Amino acid sequence: MAELLLELFSEEIPARMQAKAEADLRDALTKGLAEAGVEYGDVVALSGPRRLAVAISGLPEKSADVSEEKKGPKVDAPEKAIEGFLRGAGLTSIDQAQVRSDPKKGDFYVAIREIPGRPLEDIIAGLVPDIVRGFHWPKSMRWGRGELRWVRPLQRILCVFDGKTVEFEIDGLKSSNETEGHRVHGRGPFKVSSYAEYKETLQENGFVAIAREDRRLLIEDQAHMVCAQAGLELVEDKGLLEEVTGLAEWPVVILGEMDPAFLSLPPEVVQLSMRTHQKYFAVRNPETGELASNFVVVANIEASDGGKSIAEGNARVLSARLDDARFFWEQDKATPLEKMAEKLATIDFKKELGTIADKVERVAALARELAPKVGANSDLAERAARLAKADLVSGMVGEFPELQGVMGAYYALEQGLGNDVIPDAQRSGTQSSEDTGSRISSGELSGMTNLQAGLSEAGVRKIADAIGDHYKPQGPSDAVPTEPVAIAVALADKLDTLVGFWAIDEKPTGSKDPFALRRAALGVVRIILENEVRLKMLDELAVPRTIFVTRQHLRFETNPIDDLLSFFADRLKQYLRDQGARHDLIDAVFALGEDDLVLIVKRVEALAAFLETEDGANLLAGYKRAANILKAEEKKDGAAVEGNVDASLFAQDEERALHTAIETAVSRADAALAAEDFEAAMAALAELRGPVDAFFDSVTVNADDEKLRANRLRLLTSIRAALFRVADFSKIAG
Amino acid sequence: MTAPVAREKPASFQDLILRLQAYWAAQGCAILQPYDMEVGAGTLHPATVLRALGPKDWRAAYVQPSRRPADARYGENPNRLGHYYQFQVILKPNPADLQDLYLNSLYEIGIDPMVHDIRFVEDDWENPTVGAWGLGWEVWCDGMEVSQYTYFQQVGGLDVFPVSGELTYGLERLAMYVFGVDNVYNLPFNDPASQTPLSYGDVFLQNEIEQSALNFELADVEMLQTWFSGCEKQSKTLRDAGKPLPAYDYALKASHVFNLIDARGAISPTERQAFIARVRDLARGAAELWAKQEEERAA
Repeated sequence: MAELLLELFSEEIPARMQAKAEADLRDALTKGLAEAGVEYGDVVALSGPRRLAVAISGLPEKSADVSEEKKGPKVDAPEKAIEGFLRGAGLTSIDQAQVRSDPKKGDFYVAIREIPGRPLEDIIAGLVPDIVRGFHWPKSMRWGRGELRWVRPLQRILCVFDGKTVEFEIDGLKSSNETEGHRVHGRGPFKVSSYAEYKETLQENGFVAIAREDRRLLIEDQAHMVCAQAGLELVEDKGLLEEVTGLAEWPVVILGEMDPAFLSLPPEVVQLSMRTHQKYFAVRNPETGELASNFVVVANIEASDGGKSIAEGNARVLSARLDDARFFWEQDKATPLEKMAEKLATIDFKKELGTIADKVERVAALARELAPKVGANSDLAERAARLAKADLVSGMVGEFPELQGVMGAYYALEQGLGNDVIPDAQRSGTQSSEDTGSRISSGELSGMTNLQAGLSEAGVRKIADAIGDHYKPQGPSDAVPTEPVAIAVALADKLDTLVGFWAIDEKPTGSKDPFALRRAALGVVRIILENEVRLKMLDELAVPRTIFVTRQHLRFETNPIDDLLSFFADRLKQYLRDQGARHDLIDAVFALGEDDLVLIVKRVEALAAFLETEDGANLLAGYKRAANILKAEEKKDGAAVEGNVDASLFAQDEERALHTAIETAVSRADAALAAEDFEAAMAALAELRGPVDAFFDSVTVNADDEKLRANRLRLLTSIRAALFRVADFSKIAG
Repeated sequence: MTAPVAREKPASFQDLILRLQAYWAAQGCAILQPYDMEVGAGTLHPATVLRALGPKDWRAAYVQPSRRPADARYGENPNRLGHYYQFQVILKPNPADLQDLYLNSLYEIGIDPMVHDIRFVEDDWENPTVGAWGLGWEVWCDGMEVSQYTYFQQVGGLDVFPVSGELTYGLERLAMYVFGVDNVYNLPFNDPASQTPLSYGDVFLQNEIEQSALNFELADVEMLQTWFSGCEKQSKTLRDAGKPLPAYDYALKASHVFNLIDARGAISPTERQAFIARVRDLARGAAELWAKQEEERAA
């Protein structure tokens, strides 16, 4: 068995594109081989800053012989048809065709073409240029006078099959058996004849760790090691690790040191500056958990001075970056958030929905309405909402958009926690004084603002937390806000966005969701459920709608609320499915039309528990039996069963007993439902199991007497109606 | 191939520039002098942006003073300047070994590849004003961006063929790195051992201070608005008369005048967009006309 080794060597490939390209090249090659009828063994795919490579073992020397059959006309077909068949099959005489018999169709001609297998070299020499020419990169380019497109100029193509170069040429670039190593440490070129030799040569002579996984582990291990040696701890960052894995062929981890004075900046700022600008890992003190004045940089060279210059150079660049950040920090702190908020009037939120200042007004009004329902102080919620977006015009958020909200919270604390904040003890309780816990303790008074006017320290903290958390959750794994003021603002912000976009009919379609509306709706669902916030969604969605009409003078062509509600329902289903809830149970509860998300979840949970019990399972079986009979009879009659049960028509005790049981169960279930005790409601309905079983055991629904039959069918519908109090059992599987 | 070796450090800022010039001259580049107009970036020199268009081969290198009024800091910021130098190289078509040529130029100015970590980090360049974009990298030396390296794909909204390789060295930043200086004004402009040693500050500090006053306080916005309209009108007349080179000059003038107005903070975001669109129309118009004429001349 033979082996194929292909390497496409280019100038530096963007780190973010390497892994996908590696997989695409592997897939294209194996697919091409499979289509050529070639079976293959193990496949290894590799990628790095300057190359993509695939090695495939277990290949034959040539593809299998194939015999291809082409069906022709019947033997007694007209001359014309037979001539056409010969032409199409490439035959000169009908004697070259075979005759087959078919019991139904009779005798017909078949042309058989024997296709001999092709040498693998030929197949590869045809396949690789096609793959290279048709390869998809997120962005590709031409260079020099060439027509070929690649992500950056393609410099070499190494293509070796069974130890020998497979000869071909793409746009003037000839294939060879040569690869190149690290620019400084071991450039080569190196001739190789197998994958094993390729990997070893690059590792030993070329100073290239060719496998991504190897480089990733190498970086991780070294990073932990250099930190441990200094008594520090690495702040792990998977995304950054993946990126730096794509930036170094020969990773060498170096611990750098910066001026500790920069630690007075918010840690988020320091870390983000390191990560986005410089691709450094942050380092923390394992005892305090706080950032240390160090960073981890991954170099691509074993420097002759042991990395001293690299550490110093990187520290100098980081200082310049953090100097900039400190400039923004000082400048922003001195600008009251209220002042910043004024500038929001010059920035469009969305053309049809006004400026961000307009949005802020709407969110403030909505947050005020929502506040009492989530246990928050209305004044605080409104104030927090008014300041929540102010940091969008701050220097720091301009530099680091990811810090929106986070910076606003810092500025609110810095500006609001001045010396003359009224201590909570001296205030007559507008709100509780519990310490909500903030990220920074207290700041010097830097710029008097209205923010703290009449506020307690706890109030300022709540406002700061609400500003910091109101964008949350930003993804399925992000935490939701839990402080009531933050909940009010976070919900108001998202509901405003959703109702607004529904109003102008910019809903997500298919995979397109440019305004992240699915995320916003899922965020609402999570905030509500994880905080057990009780809201009637239909009513709540009407509030932002009214605000849009009165404040934005937005005209709603159609009422979007029902559609938006079903959008929420889909997110809730997704959420519950992710939590492991049964799909059919969710549908069974949704069919009730409940719009309180917390109650929906409780109902689903109670239903699931109920169906686990023997009573539940049996009652479901009884329900199914009743439903099947009803369905069959309604179909026979061509009309739905209607009307109330007539107790005077009962002919058997079991009918009477079931009827009484249903009446009792319904009244008890209704009382339990009113108290939101779904377990008790289920238990009440579970009492029906015996009477239902007894009914089916001894009563013939399809009685000869039409009156009896009709009454018994009505009795069956009353079982259905009774159970519909907790779920639509017809949607339950089993 | 043996491992590359760096030369000794240059003696001064100007020595660094002279070495780059000599190096690129040896690669067959025409060493041009700075363009005699205010530009915001070395790319905007017609020797790059216009020569990248059309079918003819071209190699040039030059220093270009760049003016960015909004970046001026009254000489108080050690890293930011309203007037600074870029060293610009364009090779059309790009030779296959352009990356090596570029790295050798770093070795030429004393950056030792055995000691420093040099990387090519994805950074695609785009200049909407002249309808240009290309793929390439920012080149990092120990984490510091020392150059921009681009393969032009479009200029003036037109696909280029052949493709040019373009290198931009931020000279002050590069020199600060080479000399280990934290404040740009402390860079040795000429040889510190010479009879009259001059620092970068001796040469440029006063200029930064006074130009900052112009940019942020004294620029006459009303007059500049009139100038802008005048430049726009002249550029269009020239374009209509089939003279893309001076039409492009007046587009550059308009662009700089706009930058001055912008630095004064005298325009709203909406107006700003409108100004940018007007400059873009002028620059693109001139570039398209130049490309068409070059094709005709080559035919």
